[in-house]
Amino acid sequence: MATEHTDGTAFESDEEYVEVDDGTRRRRAFVDQFPDAARTARICLGIAFAAFGVGALFGLIQALHRTNALRIIPSSDYYTILTGHGVLLALVFTTFGIAGLFHWANTRSLGVAPTSRRLTQGWLWTMSIGTALAAGTILAGLVEEIPASADVLYTFYPPLAAHPLFYIGTALLIIGSWGAGLDWFLQYREWRQSNPDSRIPLQSFMVLTTMLMWYLCSTGVAIEVVVFLIPWSLGLISQVDPLLTRTLFWYFGHPVVYFWLLPAYVVWYTVLPKLAGGRLFSDPLARVTFILFLLLSTPVGFHHQYTDPGIASGYKLVAMTNTFFLLLPSLLTLFTVVASMEHGARQGGATGRLAWLKDLPWERPEFSGIALAGIMFAAGGFSGMINAGMNINYLIHNTIWVPGHFHLTVGTAYALTLMAVSYWLIPQITGKRLQFRGLAAIQPFVWFVGMVLMSNAMHRGGLAGIPRRTAEPQYEQVSFDAVVGTVGEMRVQIAIGGTLLFVGALLFLIVMAGTWLLGKPDSQLRVNGSLPEPLSGPEESPQVLDNLKLWTAIAVALVLLAYGVPIYDMLADGILAPGSPLIPV
Amino acid sequence: MHVHRFERLWFAASLVLIVAFLGTIVYGAVGPGVAMVDDSGGTVEPSVIANGDYEAADNFREPGVYDTESGVDVYVVARQYLFQPGTTEPIRVPAGEPVTFHVTSPDVTHGFNLAGTNVNSMVIPGQVAEFTVTFEETDEHGIVCHEYCGSGHHTMEGKVVVVEQSQFEGGEN
Repeated sequence: MATEHTDGTAFESDEEYVEVDDGTRRRRAFVDQFPDAARTARICLGIAFAAFGVGALFGLIQALHRTNALRIIPSSDYYTILTGHGVLLALVFTTFGIAGLFHWANTRSLGVAPTSRRLTQGWLWTMSIGTALAAGTILAGLVEEIPASADVLYTFYPPLAAHPLFYIGTALLIIGSWGAGLDWFLQYREWRQSNPDSRIPLQSFMVLTTMLMWYLCSTGVAIEVVVFLIPWSLGLISQVDPLLTRTLFWYFGHPVVYFWLLPAYVVWYTVLPKLAGGRLFSDPLARVTFILFLLLSTPVGFHHQYTDPGIASGYKLVAMTNTFFLLLPSLLTLFTVVASMEHGARQGGATGRLAWLKDLPWERPEFSGIALAGIMFAAGGFSGMINAGMNINYLIHNTIWVPGHFHLTVGTAYALTLMAVSYWLIPQITGKRLQFRGLAAIQPFVWFVGMVLMSNAMHRGGLAGIPRRTAEPQYEQVSFDAVVGTVGEMRVQIAIGGTLLFVGALLFLIVMAGTWLLGKPDSQLRVNGSLPEPLSGPEESPQVLDNLKLWTAIAVALVLLAYGVPIYDMLADGILAPGSPLIPV
Repeated sequence: MHVHRFERLWFAASLVLIVAFLGTIVYGAVGPGVAMVDDSGGTVEPSVIANGDYEAADNFREPGVYDTESGVDVYVVARQYLFQPGTTEPIRVPAGEPVTFHVTSPDVTHGFNLAGTNVNSMVIPGQVAEFTVTFEETDEHGIVCHEYCGSGHHTMEGKVVVVEQSQFEGGEN
């Protein structure tokens, strides 16, 4: 372990202080400067963490049930729990977590408060009501007396049908997030009026490009739900085309993973270098990365449908090519993140080719969590490359390999980064010192070990053909031959790993609840929010990088190229044909 | 704009990696001849299959195994929660000969995966999944429905038995 690090030693001269009632002074925090925005961020993160807690419990139940370690529910209820796990974590924990983080990042970097309190309240309520409806309908599936249920998993492929309230709730959650984006664009417009010639501050640039991508891609799922599934579930139309609706879902379903990931990238680019004791390597390349995501995230959805009938191979090939080029921004990020950490360590006096790694502040959870999340994401990136290969994908499509992969990406790159940055950010948006710092310090390592155990076993299980999304992967007519290890040993690792992950989630929630309940307002914080300037600033980079209209237009054009003809093909034989009626679960 | 030398090198290496990956896929397609499930199977109204009205479909037949001049054709209906044929009686196919599967669903979306192999397709109501496999050796392969299809999803399984060509008895043409 390295010696004690203080937070951002090199930059403390920039700090401002505020007077506290008792006459002492303390570091000025985000909550002092923007109390309203801080409150909104707190509410968003609070809802995100609550969803995370329930979703994590469901995950534990599944890990133990699937592996036959402990079965406390009937297998038919497994799918209710799985739907809850997917929706609460992949849609609610993410969307609210991102909203909280972006509300802070956009406000901090522009230095402009959100412009309309009514707008903020509007999207917050819309997202919250949507979440309550969707989650309530799912959980009603566990109670026989309530005639509603939504055991359709978070991909909700028709013709398996949920109660209409599930679709309405999901639509409200997404529409609410559009309002959040509008809030941030209005802040940007206000900032632009007083800064006509300045470059867009980096964090705000990242927030805005991410939201442009989100508007573009979430239109697909909004059309699926509002135009097809809600009228169908209410009986207003008698059938829907299962292939068309799943294509609309996956039009959204891949970029949504970048919607989860880009907030982590915001943290990796702008906060991690500071926590490592240094500064970002290159501002322009960070902008290039986000532009590439805006352009390439959406015209790739067919790579989730490589094994779908009804879609010509050529469309799948276009999606695959785009997908592989989408590796580029992630590979660039890998370089920047590692280079920024190395720079930080060397600033602190570290030497050696790799010896600098041990001089990083691993004892501080905000750093260790983000760094471990980055390492796991690199592993997830490699299994993602397998997923992306059209013909290699046939070996692992819909096997447990796939959740093994995305528990490294959304389940660690996003989730662990959000948890880790919370150790740094929550004090700044509450004015309270972080409590139970010892628990926080071990938490990222517990998560990391749990995920290593669970994910490696899931990947290997997938190679043996063990399916995902099933309560009992134990069959009479099917046996699974492990390529590496044994199926029994994989089960043990999944059960232990899942349990450790649940412990990791609990530790995080204890620290957060403790900080909320026991922390004193107006405390002297251990952290400060100043972010150092990058080594290469935006000044020398071409102005065109900031031309959001241009990049949006190109992104739309690429989507039309990738999706225009295939969607026309599906519509040509009738918008609702070949069609399926409602099939309740 | 200033881009550090290392960044340029990394950028170039990344592009090489990406092109190499695309190369492996192209090799898989033209070398070993891995074909994609695509739109060649055509569409069929799910209600036609649900009613067992197979004569009304020009691209689907009564479920079963058929021996034709061009090879073996297997028509499978995947429904909640069985493969027909496959679950109550195994699908028997010959080794060393192309076998073309045609799989569709009258109800919800299912999956059709021979566990541990790359025989893997979604089964979507309204679409006929068509794919050709040549089994090199006599063997038994478990069929798993790998897409959630309802509360009994985990019971949906079946079997393909690959037999010597001399022991193979296909249905009428």
